[in-house]
Amino acid sequence: MLRPDLLIVGAGPAGMSAAIVAARAGLKVVVVDEQPTPGGQIWRGIEANAGTSRGRALGEQYCSGLATVRTFRECGAVYWPSTRVWQVESTLGTYVTGPGGTRVVAPRLVLIATGAQERPAPFRGWTLPGVMTVGAAQILLKNPGSVPSEPVWIAGCGPLALLYAHQLIRMGGVVAGFLDTRPSTPLRETLQLAGRAALRSSRELAKGASWYAELYCRAGRYVPDVVDLQALGTDQLEGVRYRTAAGRVEEIRTSLLLVHEGVLPELHTVRSLGCEIQWDAGQAAYRPVLNEWGECSHPDILIAGDAAGIGGAVAAVHRGRLSALRILQRLGKVAAEPEMTEENCRAALAHALVLRPFLDRVFRPREQVFAPDDDTIVCRCEELRARDLCAALSGSVGSNQLKAFTRAGMGPCQGRQCGLTVAALIAAAEGRHMSEVQPFRVRPPLKPLRLCDLAGLADESRSS
Amino acid sequence: MRAGQATTAVIGGGLHGLACALALVQRGQDVVLFERSWIGRRASSATAAGVRTLWRDPAEISLSLEALERWYRMDALVGDDCGFRAGGQIKVAESHAEMEALAARFAQMRELGFHHEELIDARELRRLAPMISEHCVGGLIARRDGAADPHRTIAAFRRAVEGHGAVIREGIAVMALEPAVGGWRVVTDAGSWTVRHVVNAAGAWGAQVCRMVGEVIQFGYKASMVFVTERVEQAFRPVFSTVGRSLSFKQSSQGTLVVGGGIQGGGDLEKGLTQVDFRALAKGAAAAQELFPAIRNVQIVRAWTGLEGKTPDLLPVIGPSARASGVFHIFGFSGHGFELVPLVGEIVADCITYGRSRYDIGSFDVARLLT
Repeated sequence: MLRPDLLIVGAGPAGMSAAIVAARAGLKVVVVDEQPTPGGQIWRGIEANAGTSRGRALGEQYCSGLATVRTFRECGAVYWPSTRVWQVESTLGTYVTGPGGTRVVAPRLVLIATGAQERPAPFRGWTLPGVMTVGAAQILLKNPGSVPSEPVWIAGCGPLALLYAHQLIRMGGVVAGFLDTRPSTPLRETLQLAGRAALRSSRELAKGASWYAELYCRAGRYVPDVVDLQALGTDQLEGVRYRTAAGRVEEIRTSLLLVHEGVLPELHTVRSLGCEIQWDAGQAAYRPVLNEWGECSHPDILIAGDAAGIGGAVAAVHRGRLSALRILQRLGKVAAEPEMTEENCRAALAHALVLRPFLDRVFRPREQVFAPDDDTIVCRCEELRARDLCAALSGSVGSNQLKAFTRAGMGPCQGRQCGLTVAALIAAAEGRHMSEVQPFRVRPPLKPLRLCDLAGLADESRSS
Repeated sequence: MRAGQATTAVIGGGLHGLACALALVQRGQDVVLFERSWIGRRASSATAAGVRTLWRDPAEISLSLEALERWYRMDALVGDDCGFRAGGQIKVAESHAEMEALAARFAQMRELGFHHEELIDARELRRLAPMISEHCVGGLIARRDGAADPHRTIAAFRRAVEGHGAVIREGIAVMALEPAVGGWRVVTDAGSWTVRHVVNAAGAWGAQVCRMVGEVIQFGYKASMVFVTERVEQAFRPVFSTVGRSLSFKQSSQGTLVVGGGIQGGGDLEKGLTQVDFRALAKGAAAAQELFPAIRNVQIVRAWTGLEGKTPDLLPVIGPSARASGVFHIFGFSGHGFELVPLVGEIVADCITYGRSRYDIGSFDVARLLT
């Protein structure tokens, strides 16, 4: 069994940055990542795309990832691509399956850098073929030849939806229309937050503003203040009906709708270990309870990057480094680079997070995201509607009981798609705050696992 | 019923506690049931839910056959069939030596006068399970056995219990049992209740309740694991186990494959925590795959470990306490209590209400475990 000093889950900005600091300082580091190449979601495919027209169209921040990926490749960390972590025991025994089969790693410390997932935002018809998330569409953009051939409708709220529209337009795609589901923020509050942010981060603000301007000019239609969506069609998306805050209801025809309601920390692994989490009202998401180094309630596990709380790629880099510095400290090592100090990392992290309160406030998801109407499918694996779940909610019933009663969360996505909505339904039914509701207990495996891959482990233990 | 008083207190909101509560209210008693976490939290929802008379200890067979009849009439008992499907249970022989072991068991059953188990050859085995591996040579079948849906069973029993007027108190732990005039004082973390009788249906924690009334018994626990796959096309109906290894394998009515068989994971009774040990579970996966090679690429979506009481002879504890009058036990089913649910609660309810049961429960007397 491999016994590295540090196992890092995820080779995105945080995981790679931590690996570089730790490996260069002489630690034995193993980095496990599901993708075939390093970069995480944000820098997906960067090695292939850098220097190409696609790379340029994806933008400067995307291309900036190349340097980190190259340094990571050379830093001395053992890197296992196309590999899934499907169980982390509380004693840190970590089970992975990849091209080399299934194996168990027993590290001294674990850094979880699993990034973010898109916020599941159920609405009527969201499971129809033809409805997909902006995140999934953006993955396609980063692979060759995947600019949608037809005009695209986007409905959503959050920087990623704007970035995607911007990238799509630059790559020759057409935005047929943008249904902006961002609730309008009181002007005064917006200006205050923007003003504060502008002092330190005017360039980023200007970039965002220019994406909005581009949408106004280039999208076929731009509809603000959309509060409700319904995907229409029987076997395939045929159109979208939407309602605005003013009560106007309209229908458009389309066979492709991209949706996005922001991102959440990916906490499946963290929660499976029973690490303490808390409700972050500002980000409308659960996040792990961490100290300033990314250490959580489990003594030997650290969490960095968007999994620690949404902060974006630059913040992820610095959180990764900070966690690595802490790990070096705990294992009696020092960073190889003199400039890699706690002080520098903290200053850089603070700067990277300047815009965050503004973004969190301006892109706060609309209330309807948490309160799907009766007809909406909440658990898509088991095809359960909000009505079915609410009917089982008599008395004081927690998430785990509701799961037992209805099978919600028992399917292959393991509650990733419905967990937050179920918690919100319970909170609403019982008049409680989200912070008082426990989401589903996470059952292993953390990712679906082929039976033969588990069976392979029996051979391994027999031979060893 | 006033809060704080009842005829009988049931400790433990698993299926056996619920079934006993149901039988008691049907016999006209006031019943309060205390559950430390929530109804069905432990073994009752972690079970693979086999309805099995096959391969039982001879001491249990009569009860188990009677319980099976009740599974066929479950709707009349609790207003739901609990997802019971009678596809049979088969013990598969993977070699001729194993087939001989099955034949010996078959002969033993005939000698004892039981006819529910039947030997089948390779051809009949393949008729019932076309995808089973070529190397399997035959089996022993109980054709009227099957499996049920544990969550539906819990929900149905709970509805029936509450429908008949018993009080279920979840999130309340029993801390002590103290003798009181005419019965017992049940001291909980939310006040005390005075009752005439106490039913100990505390599962893996059954010995702790025994200790509250001065009974110290030999008792352990099991932390049995189960895993379930994504849904696949309906392929077979029986539940399979093997002679030579720890495996039970079935397809649920939802189409998922459920693999269990008593493979042990990690558990901590004091903290109430469990852990899945995938190294151990891998043996179950390997066994399932050797028996059914076609399933090798099916995705496992969930695995879990349930905590269940275990006695040295693997037989349950059923009946009155050896030391404390008015206290009755239903626990320690050692991983095979699910099938007995519709019967045992009634037996104990009869003991409480009428002072005796018409079933012979001598083998399950707690006295055999006293230290």
